[in-house]
Formats: sequence, structure tokens, C-alpha cells
Amino acid sequence: MLEVRDLEVSFPSEAGRVAAVRGLSFDVGAGEVLGIVGESGSGKSVSALATMGLLPPQARIGGSIRFHGTELLGKSDVALSRIRGRRIAMVFQDPLSALTPIFTVGDQVAEALRVHDPKLAKKAAAERAVDLLDLVGIPHARARSASFPHEFSGGMRQRVVIAMAIANDPDLIIADEPTTALDVTVQAQVLDVLKTAQEITGAGIVLITHDLGVVAGVADRLMVMYAGRAVEQGAVDEVFGHPRMPYTLGLLGSVPRLDATEKRPLVPIEGQPPPMTDLPPGCPFTLRCPMAVERCSAEEPALEVVGPGPGGPEPHRSACWRSGDIERVEHDVAGAGADTAATLFGVRAPAPGAAGTDGRPDRPVVLDVVDLVKHYPVTTGSVFRRRVGTVHAVDGISFDIREGEVLGLVGESGCGKTTTLMEILGLEPPMGGRIVVLGSDVAGLGRRARVAVRRDLQVVFQDPVASLDPRLPVGDVIGEPLEVHGVARPQIRRRVAELLDLVGLRPDHANRYPAEFSGGQRQRIGIARALALEPKVLILDEPVSALDVSIRAGVINLLEDLRARLGLAFLFVAHDLSVVRHVADRVAVMYLGKIVEIGAVDRVFAAPSHPYTQALLSAIPIPDPAVERRRERILLRGDLPSPADPPSGCRFRTRCPLFVELDESRRRRCVTEEPPRAAVGSGHEAACHFAHAREVV
Amino acid sequence: MVRFLLRRLLNYVVLCLVATFLAYSLASLTFRPLSTLQNRQPPPPPQTIAAKSAELNLDQPIPRRFLTWAGGVVQGDFGNTVVSAPIGEQVLSRAGTSLRLFLAGTLIGVTLGVLIGVAGAVRQYRPSDYLATLFSFLMLSTPVFVVGTLLKVVWLPVNQAAGTQILYFSGEVTAGFQGTFTESLVDRLQHLVLPTVAIALGQIAFYSRYQRSAMLDVLGSDFLRTAQAKGLTRRRALFRHGLRTALIPMATLFAFGFGLLVTGGVFTERIFGWFGMGDWLIVGVQQQDANIVATVTLFVAVLVLVSGWLSDALYAALDPRVRIR
Amino acid sequence: MASPVIASGSGTGPDPAGADTGPAGGAIEALGRRRLVLRRFLRNRLSAAGGVVLVLLFAMAFLGPLFYPWDHRTQDDLALLTPPSPEHWFGTTKLGEDLFAQCMRGLQKSLLIGLLVAIISTALAAVVGAAAGYFGRATDRSLMWLVDLLLVLPSFLVVAILSPAFRGGSWLLLVVLLAAFQWMITARIVRGMTLSLREREYVKAARFMGMAPWPIIRRHILPNMASLLIIDATINVGTAITAETALSFFGFGIQPPDISLGTLIYNGTESALTFSWLFLFPAALLVTTVLAVNFLGDGLRDALDPTSLRGRRRD
Repeated sequence: MLEVRDLEVSFPSEAGRVAAVRGLSFDVGAGEVLGIVGESGSGKSVSALATMGLLPPQARIGGSIRFHGTELLGKSDVALSRIRGRRIAMVFQDPLSALTPIFTVGDQVAEALRVHDPKLAKKAAAERAVDLLDLVGIPHARARSASFPHEFSGGMRQRVVIAMAIANDPDLIIADEPTTALDVTVQAQVLDVLKTAQEITGAGIVLITHDLGVVAGVADRLMVMYAGRAVEQGAVDEVFGHPRMPYTLGLLGSVPRLDATEKRPLVPIEGQPPPMTDLPPGCPFTLRCPMAVERCSAEEPALEVVGPGPGGPEPHRSACWRSGDIERVEHDVAGAGADTAATLFGVRAPAPGAAGTDGRPDRPVVLDVVDLVKHYPVTTGSVFRRRVGTVHAVDGISFDIREGEVLGLVGESGCGKTTTLMEILGLEPPMGGRIVVLGSDVAGLGRRARVAVRRDLQVVFQDPVASLDPRLPVGDVIGEPLEVHGVARPQIRRRVAELLDLVGLRPDHANRYPAEFSGGQRQRIGIARALALEPKVLILDEPVSALDVSIRAGVINLLEDLRARLGLAFLFVAHDLSVVRHVADRVAVMYLGKIVEIGAVDRVFAAPSHPYTQALLSAIPIPDPAVERRRERILLRGDLPSPADPPSGCRFRTRCPLFVELDESRRRRCVTEEPPRAAVGSGHEAACHFAHAREVV
Repeated sequence: MVRFLLRRLLNYVVLCLVATFLAYSLASLTFRPLSTLQNRQPPPPPQTIAAKSAELNLDQPIPRRFLTWAGGVVQGDFGNTVVSAPIGEQVLSRAGTSLRLFLAGTLIGVTLGVLIGVAGAVRQYRPSDYLATLFSFLMLSTPVFVVGTLLKVVWLPVNQAAGTQILYFSGEVTAGFQGTFTESLVDRLQHLVLPTVAIALGQIAFYSRYQRSAMLDVLGSDFLRTAQAKGLTRRRALFRHGLRTALIPMATLFAFGFGLLVTGGVFTERIFGWFGMGDWLIVGVQQQDANIVATVTLFVAVLVLVSGWLSDALYAALDPRVRIR
Repeated sequence: MASPVIASGSGTGPDPAGADTGPAGGAIEALGRRRLVLRRFLRNRLSAAGGVVLVLLFAMAFLGPLFYPWDHRTQDDLALLTPPSPEHWFGTTKLGEDLFAQCMRGLQKSLLIGLLVAIISTALAAVVGAAAGYFGRATDRSLMWLVDLLLVLPSFLVVAILSPAFRGGSWLLLVVLLAAFQWMITARIVRGMTLSLREREYVKAARFMGMAPWPIIRRHILPNMASLLIIDATINVGTAITAETALSFFGFGIQPPDISLGTLIYNGTESALTFSWLFLFPAALLVTTVLAVNFLGDGLRDALDPTSLRGRRRD
């Protein structure tokens, strides 16, 4: 249906011409799902936009894109606009900015219909729009169609975009990172809608993503892109099961698995993708490749058939001089029960010595949070402020962290985990409850004592770009906490060198500016700064979620290593449960300002007892097509309620899959009575009246 | 939305009152209204000065004086000038003169400015865009008092060549003009053109710069891409989805542009010999007359209030995100 | 006075010169080499030319009089109201004073005032804006209310009202007064940037390591908007010069016997239609100066503000 041949796209930039796509060829058949995977800058979105004819005018495009035999490249905007939205539709990454803010969603969906069928009456189009909104799962579609985009959550807006995409029954839907900006449970919902959309329209789908888990469950065929080219292509099971290109191997090995029963070493891919302005000859992956030989840097390998597809016409292709050697290694290690990626990339098993949960009760508590409450006033008016409501951001949560232990705090956006962090880090007396750091209650701290406590409590932030002052050399950045705490200059210099070494950077890096470092290196600098004062507790706020997949593994490995060597305790905040499973000893799950489940990682992941934890875990895709196909998703209904107006009784009941199945009297209990946290196993507590374990991974 | 607008109105009224009070106090503090009298030769008897002082309420504290004046204003009495002429008599005619200038300047400025800005953004980096950019930079760097005089210098040869005054350089109407309604309208227009052009040029430059950048922001936006992905042509997406969105930031600018207009108005009135509010301000300062100055300030403040409020209303009308607040 | 709002951008509005963002990066290259050259020439040359012209104007204003035979006070009784000639480059006034010498004198004063006002008002704006943005709450509300108030009152009006008070005083008073009414818009922008910088993680990090507020503002907040401050200071020079000339034009600013471009333009306006050089030369100098400053500011914005160069493009 869609045939792309030798597609080339380049843009002018200050640094020279950026070759965003370099000779890309692929096909999409009717009703087929093609997954395209790659990191940012690999050219996957650009090729999608090229297909739609939506590249900015300064892009130079070559090659051929044929749709049902008709060449699309070179067609005029008017001619293309007849195909766009009718035959080929597109779903974009950021639902928050994808809709025009000044028109109602109903009008925008209706416009998609009327633009291709001008004879369609306004009224009829509006009716169809309501049907479509209903189809993609917008509750009360008729009433909501008169709402403006800003009145919708991100997930709901993405549904609206999908409704527009399927409005004219297209033959092909291109979905460009449709769930990247969304929370996992919402991602599961949206992917489900996309699947429904495909069933109804019978359209082929091109699903672009950086998340291997997402494609594993949905795609029939997979294409891996690197530096503007396809480096591996084939049936999904083939590519996941027998990758023949080191980059694919590395990608697969670098993601922590939710279903891992034992700790598997993560494969870090060192370095970063090459700049796309002046690509050296040869394979662009050479510098990061553990198997590179001379030929790799001299000559770029073409995409060659390396194996037959299982019964299909689609052969497995890979662009690597050494794919044959990879096959041999795979064969060798299969017998030894080892991991191909770990073997090839030479990764050792993680250092033992992490305290884990053994002997927990005997170790001293380093951070104790009891019934912490934080409410924000909602105010109105500019001159005379009136309080019109209260946001219950954090509403009585308790947990403790013992020496050398890692607690993962997880939850989706709006659950209050960031507020919790800020409350702890602020060291101000909380609005309600207690925060005790290393035995001292922060409520009783004087100015001096508070500064002293800060030495023991440090933080690493999410965004490696925003967390370092771009105007200070790295040495000053790392030395800053020492300076604030009055350490002498020569000592600071010595310590900075030490710290750089500790996080795997060179001491001479101290004179460079943050902009000269890659995301992963910057995160290491942030970690070095946090360690400068030799703290006992490190708070990590989503430390890897802003990094590209291939970089994440390296930072996670570093954190693990540091923890083992320095005996640190971590409060590890994340929304990615697979990372938490890999790093943490214990995990606490938050929902709407409450902790709904807490316990040892193994227990919580193996036998989650709160329905929210179950839904959260089941929503996380696992990068293994065979496993994904078997899994059953627990889909949550609707949106997160507003924290300004939380439901009575159990806060989760409005979306709870269990609640729906309960009888009237039991339901009443959920509505009226807030469930306390009760033990469901040793050190494992859940806040549900009807908690029972269920395996979902 | 009504509540939002009411709240803004209240805010503006407070600002307006404070601004007028401030202007009145500053003027009362710095002006020496008696100095002309005291310097008269031969010096007038002290009783005369004392009487004048009492007439001007100079013996009372400033807030008191302000209250007296403000109390009068509420009843339509703007007080007297230093030379005892009632201010109220001139307010209407002067306000009308200034408003005519402001209204014409704003209408032309906003319309042409928005059009040129949009055209510039859509045709970015084409010669016409450069021309518009150059023009706006030049206009933004040239004060109105230079523009006005330059217009006169440029137009003089045209008038001379025609042998008659096609456009007048001074005044609102020809003194003692008699004629039919149409003839007097034409006469007024002949007086109106040059001052309006003088004040509008700056406004056009101002609005076109901002409209251009607002439009460029929209050109790169995701929702425009979505609209095209639906099947709208680029042109149609631009005008249906882009233009109205790009107008939103302009609404907030409206209030700023207006402040500019007021200052420009002062110069224009002086240069073209119009007896408007701007001219009055200069007269008031020169005569050290606090009442005139406060009256002009009140006029300006009310205008800024109206324009600010109008800009809020416009904003709310254009942007649904404000409406529900 | 005509250009304060435009030139420095407003707190709420978009940034006029930031207009060159977006996918502009190389809109041209696709259109052909010649256009690219043309565009680069226009964009960079104009701002560079602005800088060069400004330097020349400074040199001319301060060094020119040293080599010119006439000074601004001497009256040449043999040449009353003569048009420009090799003897009197810009012609003479009705008292026989040399206009070129007067213009240079006026330019000196105008440039000096512009520079001083820009520095003072930008510094004031930085402090007020950063304090309002960083401390928030009551500090923010009261400072921003003050800004709103001063924005409602056209500053021309206020300075005009105050002018009788400093009549006879030094011109430095005028500088203070002009600066006192020119910081508000920059302060709004600084506040806006502070609000976003305050939430930057490196600022939070500094706070969580125990650094006090003012050191944070000094070390992390203000340096990170240095480019904005430099741009605004530049553009404020133009605004201040315009404001000064406008006030002097009405006799509210520089008082005789002092000379500024404003007083010269005022003197020239009366006879603009008969002895046009008296008006055209000082007016041209004023426009050239302000235009040069604005082009320089615009070019600086392109050069210093990284977001205005690199269009953000993912993938």
C-alpha cells in the first residue's frame, strides 16, 4: 500500500546541512502494523512527516513515496490535502498542543469530515463528530463536544486527535509517538483505542516510538532506525528474538524488564549518536559498537537479508558487517544460559553488597515521614484574593527509609510524589505530620541546624539540562555545595577531582561548561554534586526519565554501583515501574495524595494487592512480543479526579475495576469509609477494603 | 466571563483613581502657581496674593485639595484654571479633538499593522518582508515630532505645485469657514489627513512588528500541522486556525499601544496646532496649573482604563481559555 | 518617547525581534543561494552597521569638536541663517551660531543621557524584577502593582509634571527622572524570566544545599539573563534618547544654555518650512542614532539569545 524507496531528507542548520533521513526504504501493507523504533534524532518522525507532505518548506526531499501506486513526492499542497486526512491520517506526539485552542473539539472533528465532503451538512457533521468522540471513549460525548481543548486532559485530547484521524476511514494511520507524553495507564487506554480504531477502519498503522515495549505488543513488523537509516527490519518476533545488529541488541539489553525475576545486568551503550551534519564514512554506530572492526569505519553496510521471515514474505534484514558473528555468539551463549547482549557488550553482573531488605528491622531509620500533609489553596482574584478551594496534593502519607535502603516512590502525574519530595527537601515544618531526617524532626530545627541537616540530604533532579547552571564550569557546579558549607578552596578542588572520578568522568572535565556534555554525562555531574557533602540520604527525582533509552542503563548502573560502595539510602521517585523494580528494595505506590500500597519490591510486583497497583503494573508494556501477546491489560476508566475535589471514602473507587464488580453493600463501604493501610504480607501493606493479590506481570 | 471582566474593571478603576491622585499631588507639590502673580511688576499687594492662594485652596493640605477637586469632578465641575477660567467649559471640545485623532490613529494603525504583520510572517524573508521590517524599524526610531514636521516638509512642494492647500498644516478647521455640510466635511478632512498619518505611522509599525512575530509563532505550532493533517490546505489552515490564534496576543498589546498613542497625540496636537488634551497638558505645565494637569491625567487614565478593559474583553472574546476562569 | 514600548518588548506581548525564531533556520537555502546571501547580508550587516554607526557617532560627537574651527556658542555675524557650506558644514542659525558645532554638542549630551539612563534603569529593573519574581507573594504583588500603576501613567506626563521642580537643576536630575520611569517594562520581563528560572532545577539545587536568596539571585538568576539585560540596556539607550529629546522639545528637559538634540530640533521646527536645514540635520542625527541602537539591539538578540537562532526540532 505504502512504498517508501530511498527516502532522503535534509535540513539546513547553522552547523551545516543536517541529513535527517538517509536512504530509507520500507513498505506498509493494508491492515498491517509497522513499528518504527529509534532514539531522538534518528529520523523517524521526519520520515512520517515526509509521507504526509508536512515537512517545513526548507527541507530537501529525495527518493520516492508511493501510496497505492501514486507518487506523493512533488505533489502540490492542494493535491496532497485531498489525500491527507482522507486516505492517510496522522496522530501526533504532543496532544496538549495538537489541537487549536480556540475551537471546540466537536467543531475540529467535524471540520475533518467537512473538509473532504463539502456537501455534508453542518448538522450531520456535528452528529458524526459526536459518534466518533463516543467511539474513541470520550464519556458524555455529546455534551463534551462543545468543550474546548484546554478543558480536556492529555489522554482525552489524544483520543480527540485519534477521532479526527479515523473520521474519514483512512487506509493508513501514522502515529508518531502517540503515547510518549502520557502516563502509563493512559498510554494503555490510548493504545487500546488505537487498536479499536484499526479494527473498525481496517487501516494499516505506522507506529513510531522509542519504547520497545509499546511496539512489542502492537506491531506485526518492526524497523529499527539509527542516524537516519534503517539498521534492522523484520517480523516483530524475529527482531526481538534474534537481533542481528549490535544497536538493536544494546537497546533490548538496556531496558530493565518488569518481569525479571532476578537482577539482570543492564547493557549501557556508551557515547551518543553522531552529529547528523558531517557523518564520517562507515557505519554511524561504529564508535559505540563493542564489535566494531576496521571495515565498519570504512564502509557503511547496506540493509541485507540475514534470515527468512517465519512463513511470511518479509525477510529479516540487518545493516551490519558482523551480523553473522552475532548469530554465532547467540548460538553459543544460548547453551550457557547467558544473555547475548550482556556477553557482547561485556557487562558484568551487578556488584553484590547492596543491603536489600535483609535484616531490615535492625538498621537505623534515616528518613521517617509520618502522616505528611500538604494542601494548596486555590485562589481567585488579582487584587483581593479569595480562597475558593483546596488541592489535596499530599494527604497523610507515611513511610520510612532505613540505612542503605532504596525506596521507590511511584505514581502517575498528579499523584503528589513531587510535592512529597519538595516537602522533604524544604526542611520546613510540614502543614501536618512529621518529617524526621536522621533522627532530627525538621519542625524543631533552627536555621543553623537546618543547614547542617542539608549536608546529609541531597537531591538529583530529572532534567540533566536544567539541573546544571549553564554559566558555571562543571568544577564550580560540583563544588557549590562545599562552598556554601564553608569548605576551603584547595580542599574543594581536591574533592571535585575525586567526585568526577567517582562518577566516571575525567578530572580535567572540571574546567568545561555543562553544554559540552551529553545528557548522560550531565546527569553524572548532577550526581557528583549531590554526593559532594557525603550525604546519607539521596533523593532522586526521576533521574533517568529524561534520558534516551540507550543512555539510561549507564546511569542506572552508576547509581547501583555508588549505592553499594557508599552505603547510601535512596528515595527514588519514578513513574517507570520497570526501573524501580531494577533499582529499589521497597516500593510505595501513590494515588491522589495517598500511598495505596507499600512493600518489598519482589512481593509487590509478584503479588500486587491494591487494584491500582495491579492496573499500573499491567499497563506497562514488556519488550517481548511473546509475553505481550499473552498478557491481559487492566484498563482504568476515565481520568484522574481533580485533587481539589477527591472522591469520598476510597479515592480510587471512581476508576476501580474491582469496585464495579462489588455488590451494593460492599460498594457503600468504599464510598463512605476510607480504607486504612493494612498488612497483606510481611512488611507489605495495601489500602483497600477488599485487597487480594493478583498476578499481572 | 462577566465576572472576569467586572473584576478587571474594578482593578482599573482603582488604578485610575490612584493615578489621578498621584498626578494631582505631584503637580501640587512641584508647581508654584503664584509665581506669575508674585513676579508681576509692580508687585501686587499681599492681600491679592493671599486671596489667590485661598481661591486655589493652597492653604489646605494636598489630599484635602484633591478631595475638593474630585468632589467637583463628580458633579461635572473640573475647577478653575489659575487665571480663573472654568475648566469644564473646555473639557468636551478638547476631549473630542483628541479622541478624533486617537480613534483614527488606532483604527488605521491596528488594521494596517495586523495586515502588514501577517503578510510579513507568511512571506518571511521575501523582499516585501524586508521592506516592511525596515519601514517599521525606521518608524519606531523616529519620534512623532520629527515625523509630523517631516510630513509638512514633504507635503509643502505638493501644495505649492497645486497652487492651493490640498492638505492643511495647522488647525482643525479653516477659521471662519462657511459652507454646506459636505464642504465643511471636506474642509475638516483636509485638516485631518496629515496629523492622522503622523500618528498612525508609528502605530502601524508597532502592531506590525508584534503581529509578525505572533504569526510566526503560530506558523510553527503543532495545531496548524494537525489542521493540515486533517486535509486542510496550508493556506486554509493558516487563515482558519492560525490567524485568529495569532490575534490573541495582540489583544493584550492593545493597552500598551494605546499609551504610545497618548504620548504621540501630545506631539501631534502641538505640531499641527490642534487644541486637544495633549496641547492642554503642555499649557497646564507651562502655567503651573494643577487642575488642568489633573484633568488631563484623568482623561488619559480613563482612556487607558477603557482601552485596557477593551483589550481584556477582546482577549476573552478571542481566547476561550480565559472565558471560564 | 515614541518607542519605549516597542523597542524593549512588553511584559505580556511576544518579543518582536524574537520573531526570527521558528523554522527560519534556513528558509532561504531552499530558495536559492543568492537569497541566502542577501538575507545574511541584510540581517547581519544591518546590526553590525548599527554598531559601527554608533561608534562613529560617539567619535564624532566627542572628538569632532576638537578639530572643528567653530564652537557651539560663537556667533558668526557674517553668516546668519546660511545654508550648509564648506565653512559651516550644517549651516548657521539666525544668530550666526554654527549648527554642526551645536549638533555635536547636543549629540554629546543626548548620547550621555541615553547611556546613563539605560544603565540605571536596567539595573533597577533587574533588582526589582528579580526580587518580585524570586520572593513572590506580597513582595511580588506590591512591586507589580507599582509597575502597573507607573505603566498606566504615561511616563511623559509624569516627567512633564515634575519638570518645574528640577528647572535650573543639573541635567543629571533629568537622568535620574528618566531612569525612574523607564524600568517598568524591563522589570516585568525580568520578573517573568525569574519566575521560570526559579523553578529551574539548578536553582532548586542551590536552595536545597542551603544557599540564601540574594546569593542565589546574584549567582544563578541574574547571570542567566545577562543576554536579556544587555539587549534591553541597548534598546533602553534608544528609548532614553527619544524620551530626552521629546522632553527637551517642549522645554521640559534640557534647559538653555545647555543644548541637546531635542532643543535643536525644537528650534529647527519653527523654521522647518523655510530654513529646512535647521530642522533636518538634528532630526537626521537623532533618527540615525536611535535606528543604529535599535538595529544593534536586534542583532544582539539574534546573536545572544540561543532560542532565536536554533529552531527547536525534534527528531
